[in-house]
Formats: sequence, structure tokens, C-alpha cells
Amino acid sequence: MIPASFDYVRVGSADEAIGLLSEHGEGAKLLAGGHSLLPLMKLRLAQPALLVDIGPLRELSYVTEEKDYLAVGALTRHHDIATSALTLSSVPLLAHVAGQIGDPQVRHRGTIGGSICHGDPASDLPAVLLALGATFVARGPNGQREIDAKDFFVSFFEVALTPDELLVEIRVPWPRDALWGFEKLTKRAQDWAIVGAVAVRSGNSVGVGLINMGPVPLRSSAVEAAVLSGANAAEAAQFAAGGTEPSADFNGSVAYRQHVARVLVRRALEKAGV
Amino acid sequence: MRIDITVNGTPESHDVEARTLLVYYLRDAVGLTGTNVGCDTTSCGACTVLLNGQSVKSCTVLAAQVAGDEVTTIEGMALEDGRMHPIQQAFQECHGLQCGYCTPGMVMAIASLLAENPEPTEEYIRLGLEGNLCRCTGYHNIVAAALAAGGAPEMHQ
Amino acid sequence: MSILGNRVLRREDPKFLTVGGTYVADLALPGSVHVTFVRSSMAHARVVSVDSTNAQAMAGVLAVYTNDDLGMAKFPTVMGMTNEAMAPPMLASGTVRYVGEPIAVIVAESREIAEDALEQVVVEYDPLKVVIDPVKARTDEDLLFPDAGTNTSFSLDFGGDETLFDDCDVVVELALVNQRVAPCPLEVRSAAARMAEDGRLEFNSSTQAPHGVRDALATFLGLEPDQVHVVTPDVGGGFGAKAMVYPEDIVVGWCAQKLGRPVRWTETRSESMLGLGHGRAQVQHVRIGGTREGVVQAYRIEVLQDSGAYAGFGTVLPFMTRVMTSGPYKIPKAECASVSVVTNSTPTTAYRGAGRPEATAAIERIMDVFAREIDMDPAELRRRNLIGKDDFPYTTPTETVYDVGDYHRALDLALEVAGYDDLRAEQARRRATGDLRQLGIGLSCYVEITNGLPDGEFGAVEVRPDGKVIVRTGTSPHGQGHVTAWSMLVAEQLGVAIDDIEVVHGDTDIVPRGAGTMGSRSLQIGGAAVNQAAVDVVEKAKDLAADLLEADREDIVLNKANGHFHVVGTPAVSRSWAELAETAAKDGNPLFAEVDLASPGPTFPFGTHISVVEVDTETGKVNLLRHIAVDDAGRIISPLLAEGQVHGGIAQGVAQALLEEVVYDLEGNPLTSTLADYSFISAAELPSYETRFTETPTPVNALGAKGIGESGTIGSTPAVHNAVCDAVAHLGVRHIDMPTTPIRVWNAINDAATGDGSAKGGR
Repeated sequence: MIPASFDYVRVGSADEAIGLLSEHGEGAKLLAGGHSLLPLMKLRLAQPALLVDIGPLRELSYVTEEKDYLAVGALTRHHDIATSALTLSSVPLLAHVAGQIGDPQVRHRGTIGGSICHGDPASDLPAVLLALGATFVARGPNGQREIDAKDFFVSFFEVALTPDELLVEIRVPWPRDALWGFEKLTKRAQDWAIVGAVAVRSGNSVGVGLINMGPVPLRSSAVEAAVLSGANAAEAAQFAAGGTEPSADFNGSVAYRQHVARVLVRRALEKAGV
Repeated sequence: MRIDITVNGTPESHDVEARTLLVYYLRDAVGLTGTNVGCDTTSCGACTVLLNGQSVKSCTVLAAQVAGDEVTTIEGMALEDGRMHPIQQAFQECHGLQCGYCTPGMVMAIASLLAENPEPTEEYIRLGLEGNLCRCTGYHNIVAAALAAGGAPEMHQ
Repeated sequence: MSILGNRVLRREDPKFLTVGGTYVADLALPGSVHVTFVRSSMAHARVVSVDSTNAQAMAGVLAVYTNDDLGMAKFPTVMGMTNEAMAPPMLASGTVRYVGEPIAVIVAESREIAEDALEQVVVEYDPLKVVIDPVKARTDEDLLFPDAGTNTSFSLDFGGDETLFDDCDVVVELALVNQRVAPCPLEVRSAAARMAEDGRLEFNSSTQAPHGVRDALATFLGLEPDQVHVVTPDVGGGFGAKAMVYPEDIVVGWCAQKLGRPVRWTETRSESMLGLGHGRAQVQHVRIGGTREGVVQAYRIEVLQDSGAYAGFGTVLPFMTRVMTSGPYKIPKAECASVSVVTNSTPTTAYRGAGRPEATAAIERIMDVFAREIDMDPAELRRRNLIGKDDFPYTTPTETVYDVGDYHRALDLALEVAGYDDLRAEQARRRATGDLRQLGIGLSCYVEITNGLPDGEFGAVEVRPDGKVIVRTGTSPHGQGHVTAWSMLVAEQLGVAIDDIEVVHGDTDIVPRGAGTMGSRSLQIGGAAVNQAAVDVVEKAKDLAADLLEADREDIVLNKANGHFHVVGTPAVSRSWAELAETAAKDGNPLFAEVDLASPGPTFPFGTHISVVEVDTETGKVNLLRHIAVDDAGRIISPLLAEGQVHGGIAQGVAQALLEEVVYDLEGNPLTSTLADYSFISAAELPSYETRFTETPTPVNALGAKGIGESGTIGSTPAVHNAVCDAVAHLGVRHIDMPTTPIRVWNAINDAATGDGSAKGGR
């Protein structure tokens, strides 16, 4: 299968990309690794008039340690995050999750920014970044702004970027003593999660995220509150399905997904030392 | 548009549409048909090639995206003296192929896996091949070939 | 020393490994145009109109044709057995009956233009009532073919003995689904056609049966068979689904004829998931009865076969299910009845095993249920009922005659390799501790039929003056390794090196006849034909050698160590194959033998598979830990190839038990039409297998060989399925339908816990 025709520009700078987005509006799409967009284009479910290829902007591919957070460039590929010594030592959860996305070939091409901006509630990274309390840095014609992860995922496949904005960096706060657990249920290794759960705990803070339990990735504040008030993993996990609206399909009914969410949250919490 | 890509060490330059996928650039423009197309959803891995040394699915990469880069296909795997690469040899020794359709993609995927981990475990290979589908071999002998190639002296030079 | 039985590496491999195979889509075809098909987006509808005006106006679009343009007859019935009114047309004619049914064909200058044009063809539909559930179809409430007055496409009913279970102390029943699966060869369907300079149609096809394609093209295009030249280059797998001719093949040939341009067609995977025939698709009701001591006395299976939208080969699969009704057991009374019905889904066809895995799945599953009912170990129940090695030839209640076997030996070896007692002990430990991860152990004793159809096969051997040997075979490999195996057979007879042997297949000009490769028939009939031709050519050579050596023919011997003929006792004076071939050529009578070997009848491979799974009882996820396969395919000619066949079969069998299913919604929309949605099994879901062979040579053919192509699939599915059910049996679960996906396993556990012990674990 072949995408419908489009115009193609390979940009030399972020500003050039933003300028093209401003000029062409909704008809233009950013192309990073292409592993979310190109499959849709091949099935002709997406037919952008203009592809703005930001692949050459290697300056947006990095993992660096800042004072309070790990900074990850939006064009950093999953494989590079998974194998970065810095990620492995400072945010091993992020390395672990990046190392499980898709398959090795997908991880060699797919980028963290592309994955997040696609806004797929079934993908792993958004829920993990929610649980970690990450901040996303977007750049537009009027400069740069920071968006809290909890405000970023607006609705099904929709994120809080304007059509002329470019995600440039992900900031991941990371207390040194954190424990974590990540659990996902799939039929096959390469499948998207039927349900996934992530838990991060450090001192007095806890973050719990849910994958594929609604139209957007979720953070489970009820579970977090239970943990903070002294509940054990099994007790806290009973709140995992509250407020979720998973879809039903042949991989799982709503009741099944909610049950699995409770199981996986419990397991993730146990691994996170709760 | 004109796209220049170095394929198996040879500079290639061809006029193609912007929508041309790397796999069709290789097959139709360059004329290397060893790389196969097996699906349309980035699932099967039959089209796997090395891009700057790393495995990628060439059905999900635009040729335009990799202009100026280096691509290696199955046709570029044999050693300079014409002998088969240790992975290719291991596939024959272990009977790691039947119909052959997934084979080029499997070989390239394994080349990348072994480059990243020259002394693999069975679990590493099995998980590493999650995105390469085969209908004939049941994977048993493909995994055996990858492990054998991982232990091959030439792989460690 | 014989080369047979040795681990000879494949001669085919270097090409595949260095430059890749040459599949139809790889063939250069200068000046070719591309074909793509407009396919139905509705499961059942009247086609009001097909508006291709915009598409035809596009630059680079040559034509858009519908069935009216073709003016061709429908396909014939299958073996005269299926309902004539339900035969498929080339392109949809007035009514579409499944999503994916071809409605029109677009011919364009490039693949890109063809795909662009596809978006410009507008089909207007008038929806009809959709029939997707075969049980519903059988009621004839809504009909796919009103003219037929029924949805029944084929039926079989033997027996009907109402006293069948009268003598049984214990009778158990089970309703089960042998779900619809997609064969998924890695290479999709592909064809390339052109009118050659001599006016013949040259047709390249990704098929298992080139001569069948030739004959079908000739029939539908109004040509004589010798006006059609079919070539199969390398074929990227078939698994039964490429054994038949598809409407698209005929249409591609027609377009080449009509336009006088070379035409090529390669479907996309998304099309293939809808257009390539599906496999299995049976709803079964089984009943078994016997004594509390574990003697099975009676068995009955009722099959409801889903034909899909038209009556193709899948319709008659129950015929093979019936042949294997009672499996490897000595059951005094057994019956099979079946009905096939049409539904608004992709037509079904042969898929690795084709009717036999369905028979095995049914009896093996209910053997476990019966064992549990009488509280007997399932291995012990099987041992008590297996046909004994002295009982052969054995005639079953459905009148199948099994050739030879030692079923107990295979069972005992499998139990030994598995360490069965230790596994049961570990299972008991986990049950006692209430482990969240429960162990399941599943057995499957099977017997199946290979070369079950009556076709014979063509084989020829020619020795050339340069000493090279040309072998021609009517079978048509697509991964099986015939080049290597046939070379071994001929090397064995002629005493030449296998590198001096060339094996030619899949070209109807060079190989005059052939039935192709399917039904695990190739070695035992195609290989046997080649073997016979080799024997014959040796006899001819002895005549020549006798002349040249001026000796009695009876005194001529072939030294197979060096491929020289000499007079017995005087090896120093000899003639080589090359010398004899040269003499023969000078005489104008090439050193050549060809054979049309009639089928000596089927053979019956057998074995025992044991599977060990771990079930996460909280999520229902199954992890396959071990799979042990003991198979007996008679004499093993190539252990390398035989083992490879078993491996591949196991993976497909496991896939059916655990993961794979073609799913439709109630409106007949396919939900598994890509490899992202259809759970094609990968290396990550499988362990390495533990395989063993026992060898019980068959008296049926000269090689002593049975087929091995499908045993792995037939044996593995019930073992894995039984293992999953076994893992949760102590929780009150009686049965879970395949595929045993997490949701189904969890539903079954949950239903059992909440009191509904008969739960089947539906979605």
C-alpha cells in the first residue's frame, strides 16, 4: 500500500518547520520517525497535503541531566532512550518502557515526541510520563511554552498542541530513591497493551498511570490517594478502575479491562515497594 | 524528486515521487528485489534492512527521509571474498529458512540484534524477533541460527 | 553408504540467503501495467451501481472492468459435491456476499496510479440481511442465494444409529468451535501475465498447483491447455490456500489477453486477509461414551462447516474430517455427520491439515473431558484405547483403512521426553499452594491421512552427456525443499553427486503433467515417481552398458560409490553415466525415463504431542513453556526437512490454540484484516520445541515414507488446547473454546468461580 501524493519539505531548523506549519495549517503534518503517521498514510486514513520532515533536526535528539529533571529531546528515538546510560542510571523506568515499544525496528526509527504527539491512549509512553509528572516543552511562532503532562492529552488522538506548534523537549522529574513497576498485558509481544499500568513511588509521592483504559492515557489519583493514606498495594489497587472508560473489543470487555487494571496496578505497586 | 542513498556501499541516485517508500526505492529504482513486502502495517518485518547499521522496516520509511544515508540489504551481506556472512551460513546450517520470503528481513534483523548484543540469549533473540513474522519454520531454526551466528568466530572480529 | 536419512543441507538456500528468492513480484516484466481490484465494503448487498467515470478519466488508467465485461461462466462445483447455485463468479455479479469480494478490476500504468484510482470508484449498495453465524445460517431464515432456497452447500450423513451409546456407562458431550483462521503465507497472492510472441498466454503464478492454474485459465479464457504456459517462480508459502485457482488469477489472464499488455497483480496484505481463503471454521458437537474403567465404546461427531460466501473447497472439508473420525482409537462404533452452510464471510479453503486437524481437535478434546469424568489420567485413558501395533491394517467404523503404526510407542516416548510424572507433581504442588500461575499439561494422540486424494504424479530423470542429471517433477514446492530431497533420492539410485543433479518444477512447458504440492503428498507420490524414474533410467543404462562392455545384461552392476557401470567382478573396466549418456545421445535415444505413478493409496502418519503451559489465573494469559512432539511419518528420507516441517506445523497449531482467529462483527465487517489486528504468532510467543521421530515404514510405497507436512499442525493444536483447559480444570472449568486468549481464559475462570461451571469462556 502506498500513501496518497503529498508535498514534502525536509527542514533545516525548528523555526523553518514552525513557519511551514503556520503557513499551511491543518493540511501540513510533521514527520519525525514516521512510525505513527506513515502507517496511517499507507492505509490512506491520513492524507496530508504537506509533510514537514523534521528528521534532520538532530539537535532535538538528546538525553541530558538537568538539576531537577532529565531532559529528553523530542526527536530522540526509542532505542536511544532505552540504551542511554544516563536514562538507565537516572530514570530506568523510562529506559525500560522505551525498550518495549513496538519491536527493535520500530524503536530504531520511532521518536518519543512522535509517540506522545500521536496521542494514542493505547501507547505506553504517555501514561508513564503522566505518572512521572513530566512537562512537555512546545515551540510555536510566539516562542516556547511548557505544558504539564496532565493537561497535554486532551481527547482521543488529540493533544494540546496548536497546529503550528512543535514539541521540542520532554522534562522528566526523577527523585533518586524512586521505586517503580511497569506491567502490561498483551496477546503478542509486538501488540499494543490490552491494559497497562505503571507505578512510581518515592518518599511521600506516588504516581500511577493507566494505559488503554479510556480515550486518553490516565493518571489514577484515587489509587495514589489510597497509597498516600497508607493502603497496601492490594487495597489501593481496588480503586484502579474507578473513573475509567475502556473500550470493549474482542481482546477485552469493559469489565475484563477494569479487572486487569486492578491486577496490574497491584503488581506495579508491589514492584514499586508499596 | 531526486534521492541519493548509498545502498550496499554503492551511491544510488534516482528520481522518484516523494511518497516512494524505501522498500520500493530499493526494489523498483535500484532493482534489488531481495527485500520483500509482506504486510502494510509495519507488522511482519519482511522488508527489514539496515539503515546506518540499524534494522528498520523499509515499508515505513520514505526514501526521502533517508537521503544521504547508508542502507544495507540482503544483497550486501555476503563477505567481500564472496563467502556467505556467518548469519547467512548459520541459516543454511540450521535450516533456518523454507519458502525464503521472510528470510532477508530475518537476516537483517538478526544482524542488527547481534551488533547490539554479540552474545545473545535465546530470550533476547526471541523478543528481538517479535516484529519479524515467519509462517514456515516455527522460528525454532531461525532462533538456532541466530544463536549459532552469535557464537560464530567471525561475528566477534 | 546411503545418503537417505542423512542431514543434507538444502541446495536451495544460498540464493535465498544472498540475493533473495525470485517471487512473482520480483520478475521483470517490461511495459507491464498494474491491476488492482475494487472490493466490497459490505458483507451482503445488492450492487446498485459501479461508477468508475472519475477513475477512468485519470491519467494512466487504462480501464475499469466489471463482471459484465468479462462475460465468463462461474466456477464449477467442487468435485461435483457442492451446491451448484453457490459457485463463485469471477467478479461480483449483482450481489456482493462478503467484505473483500472483488467487484471490478482497475488496470493502470503503475501500482501508484491503480491505488489512487481505487479511491475514485464509487460503488452504490443496497444492503441485504447479513448472515455471519453458521448456526443461524443453517436455519435458512435469511438466504445468501434465494434461488437455491437454502444456505446448505453440502452435507454428509452416515449412520444415525440411535443405539450408538446404549451400552455405555458414561456418556459425555461437548460443543466446541474450531475457529476460522487465516493461512497467512508471507507472500500474498501474486500473478503476472503476458501474451508471448507466439500468441500463447504466459502466466506467472504464486501457486501450489501450476497445472491446475493452466487448465483453469484455458477453460475460462477459451484456450487449449497448450496455449497456456504457467510458470511458478519461487513461492512464498501456501499452506493449502494457494492450492486452488482464484477468480483474480483468471481476471489477470483475461486482462492480458484483452489489452495485449503485460499485466501484473500483487494483492496487499489487507486484501489478502479478506481474499485468500480462510481455514477451519467448524462448529462441532461431539459425544463419547464408554466404561468407568476407561474403555471407549462409541463416538459421534456432528460438524457444521462454514463455507464462507461461496461453495469452494472449504465446503467439502468435513469429508476429510469424517475420514479421520475416530482418530487413533479402537472405538467399536463411531459416526460423523456434517452440514456445510454459506455465510457472508470470506470463502473457506484448505489450510494445513484441511479437515483432519478438526477431527483430531474434537476427539482429543473430548477424550480429556471423558478422562476427567471417570477420574482417570488422560495419558492412561489414551493408552487403553489406542489401536495396537498388531491390529494393522485397521479398518475404522467410518471405513478408513489405516496402513501401519505403533501408536503406543509414540505415546510412551512423548511421556518419557516430557518427564510426565514430574510435570504432574509440579502441577499438584502449584494447585496445592494456590499459585497464581497454574501449570497445564496437555496430550494429543493423533493419526492423520496423507496423499488422501486419488491423483498420481509425474516424475522424470534424464542423464545428459556432460554427466548432469535433470529431474522433472509434477509437484510444486513452496518451501518444502524438493530440490534437495529429490536430489537425494536420485543420487541414491544413480550414485551421482547431488550437485550434479538439477531439479525442475513449476513450469508447465517443461513438466507436462502434475497435481502439485498439497495434502502432504509430495514425497510419497511425487518423490516416489522421481525415485521410480531413477530406477528405470538405471535399467536403461544397464542395457547400454551391456552393449558397450560386451557383457550379459544380467552381469552389469552399478557401483553407486562412483556412478560407474561394470561387469560383476571386474570393476576396473567401467562406463560412467556421462559415457553412457553420450552413447545414448548418438543413438538419438537420450538416456531418459519418465513415470506417471498412479497413487498406491494414502498413508497414515501418527504421533503424540505433549504441551506444557502456564496460565496467569488473574489475567488469563497463557504462556507456552514446552512443546514435545513425537511424530512417525514412516521412513525419514531427510531428517532436516522433516524436522523443519514439524516445527512449522507446531507453530501454526499453537497459534490456533492460543491466539489466531478471524473475527467478524455482526454486520460481517472483518475485525482482523491486517497483521496488526490478526494475531499471527511470533518467535516471542513460542519456545524451542522438543521433537523426536519414530520410524514405522509404510508398506504402501517403495520409499516406506508417509507425509510429514501437516502432522505438526494436527498434533499440536489439541495438545496446547488441552494443556490450557487442564491448567484451570481444578478451578471448575470444563472447556474453553479456541483461541484461548486472555479474555476467554479469564472469563472461564470467573464463570466457574461464580458458579457457572459449564462456562465456555466466550468473549
